Amino acid sequence: MKPPPFDYCCPDTLDEVLTLLAEHGEAAKVIAGGQSLVPMLNLRALHPGVLIDINRLPGLDHISLEDGQLRVGALARHKAVLESAAVSEASPLMALAYPYVSHGPIRNRGTLCGNLCHNDPASEMPAVALASGAEMVLQSAGGTRTVAAEDFFTGMLSTAAEANEILVEVRVPRAPAGQGAGFHEVSPRKGDFAYVAVGATLQVADGACTGARIVCAGVGDGPHRAYAAEDALTGAAPGDDAFRQAAAAAADSIDPSEDFHADADYRRDLVRSLTRRALADAASRCN
Amino acid sequence: MAGVSVTFTVNGREVTATVDPRTLLVHFLREHLKLTGTHIGCDTSQCGACTVHLDGRPAKSCALLAVQLEGAEVTTIEGVAGPDGMHPMQAAFKEHHGLQCGFCTPGMVMMGIDIANRHEAPDEATIRRELEGNLCRCTGYHNIVASIAAGASSMRG
Repeated sequence: MKPPPFDYCCPDTLDEVLTLLAEHGEAAKVIAGGQSLVPMLNLRALHPGVLIDINRLPGLDHISLEDGQLRVGALARHKAVLESAAVSEASPLMALAYPYVSHGPIRNRGTLCGNLCHNDPASEMPAVALASGAEMVLQSAGGTRTVAAEDFFTGMLSTAAEANEILVEVRVPRAPAGQGAGFHEVSPRKGDFAYVAVGATLQVADGACTGARIVCAGVGDGPHRAYAAEDALTGAAPGDDAFRQAAAAAADSIDPSEDFHADADYRRDLVRSLTRRALADAASRCN
Repeated sequence: MAGVSVTFTVNGREVTATVDPRTLLVHFLREHLKLTGTHIGCDTSQCGACTVHLDGRPAKSCALLAVQLEGAEVTTIEGVAGPDGMHPMQAAFKEHHGLQCGFCTPGMVMMGIDIANRHEAPDEATIRRELEGNLCRCTGYHNIVASIAAGASSMRG
């Protein structure tokens, strides 16, 4: 047996899930697609007392665009999100980043919400959520609250979700009209953990950058927003000079982790190069 | 931990078993059903040797718990051949020598069948992109890609 022992529940209703979470607290772990969770169990990196399987819950696999928000439910699989017209319409950045999320067989099973809750520091979607101003809808037996992405991702493999809460939906505001997006990643193999990924969005009016978002993955404990690089762009004429300066600011803003694949200098270089490329792509897609 | 009863279909045959919740699908297939064609490579969903079809779509059986499969339909490499012999994708791997040591081959064939199901005439770039999640340490992929292209062509008839 690879995973450690645990009890297993597979409730039919969300109320039952919330009751179980209230009862078991830190000992409980929710499983949806399980595409990060089961490998972590196999590595015995986690020892949950009870696994709460939410795959039988009705009505949580929605992907919709309403009131200017893309809404993705806890059981929407990556594949369905990736292929949905709502995503390409509401969040070009997410659509650009999605092909980098793992492999086809994993995307068939894994979920966007599970991916966000896992918050792997090399993961693309937490960075996209941060860049997009996404909100997480967390539910517990005590009620529902909404947490902004910037408050949700709290550190290495951790989030603001309490032990008695489940992420039932992520809401991503529709990208403003005219915004361009770019996303680039370097990883050892396609679909593998990113050494570095950079996403950028850009708005341009009257020949000047009016709004920029630059986010990095793979550089620390979680998704990183390069505020100084964004500030460097505000008011600047979009072009290679401005993008080089912003890329330098982005590289300066990180304190990257190191491993035997990529040391800190290499990761800084990647942030610099990928930021420049992502901004150039974003600028070419502004209208 | 308490055993949990689960009933699902494997290669068209209904299977009911009481399993320890931590039993991975790949272990269930190999150790309970003795279907050892599905191989265990990495246990962390990276290598694709354990690829099976779950409800008609490829999935990595090392990243699934058997207990989660109530009502599901699973097809393994043992389930793809027809009454007349090998599946066209298996025949193409034989014809084009799409293997060396053979360890990754069951996963490659299962993925190849899925690629052919989703792409009418997959070209080399499509096949290579779709094989992102299946690693081979021997072949350099050349003959695997040729096998899948030929298998897809035979499957269309």
